[in-house]
Amino acid sequence: MMPDLGAYALPVLAAYAGGILALLGLTIQSLWKARRSKIDLAEIERTRKDG
Amino acid sequence: MRLTDRILPALTLLTVGFMLVGLIWGFFFTPDDFKQGSTVKIIFLHVPAALMAINAWLMMLVASLIWLIRRHHVSALAAKAAAPVGMVMTLIALWTGAVWGQPMWGTYWEWDPRLTSFMILFVFYLGYIALWAAIEDPDTAADLTSILCLVGSIFALLSRYAVNFWNQGLHQGASLSLDREEHVADVFSNPLYVSMIAFVLFFVTIVLLRTRSEIRARRLRALMAREQAR
Repeated sequence: MMPDLGAYALPVLAAYAGGILALLGLTIQSLWKARRSKIDLAEIERTRKDG
Repeated sequence: MRLTDRILPALTLLTVGFMLVGLIWGFFFTPDDFKQGSTVKIIFLHVPAALMAINAWLMMLVASLIWLIRRHHVSALAAKAAAPVGMVMTLIALWTGAVWGQPMWGTYWEWDPRLTSFMILFVFYLGYIALWAAIEDPDTAADLTSILCLVGSIFALLSRYAVNFWNQGLHQGASLSLDREEHVADVFSNPLYVSMIAFVLFFVTIVLLRTRSEIRARRLRALMAREQAR
């Protein structure tokens, strides 16, 4: 399954690992930020309605 | 918000689909290049990331101009939302370029025109994000970051055309070209096109998601300010 990367296995794997990690990190941080902002806004809107 | 509510799930699915196909095709199902060996597989990350690093800044430029001319708040927030995405794209381009450069050029880094202008673009992204974070008043922050964006656009364009301006340095010309001699072979260009589409979709999806968060955060700040004023 794994292609034979020969002598360049380390740079190719390092490039993919770093790149994919950065994309995943950004995605997770963006999702977390979206969730946080949604919860915070809902909370203050609920407080305003109740108060 | 209602429109993005409807298109975000479809966009996310498309992004994941194109990303998986592009990267799996590029990594597992492309042959080694006769000169570069297996390091040619790095282009499926490097080229799309570099493309989006520059285009993210250009999108920020358009949004900043809309803010400066029309004072449209969403455009300022969209530019703010795009900056971290562009920064990550620049970082990926620099990282993948460096690990490709070591075996091919014998060095991770060279003060070559394109590499240098990309490094400056990265610093501009950091400065842009820091400026937004440093200024409390959102309108002042939007004004100052828009001006920074206009200045940084010179380096975004330079990153794209540095190879053409200065016919020196290590970095080669464009991988995809109408000139058959410069254009990479079809066996590499087809998965590369898929990866490029994936990165464009990824950019659009994440920027939409982050812009929505920025809009909510702005509304939250306004409500809190109103509460405090009572």
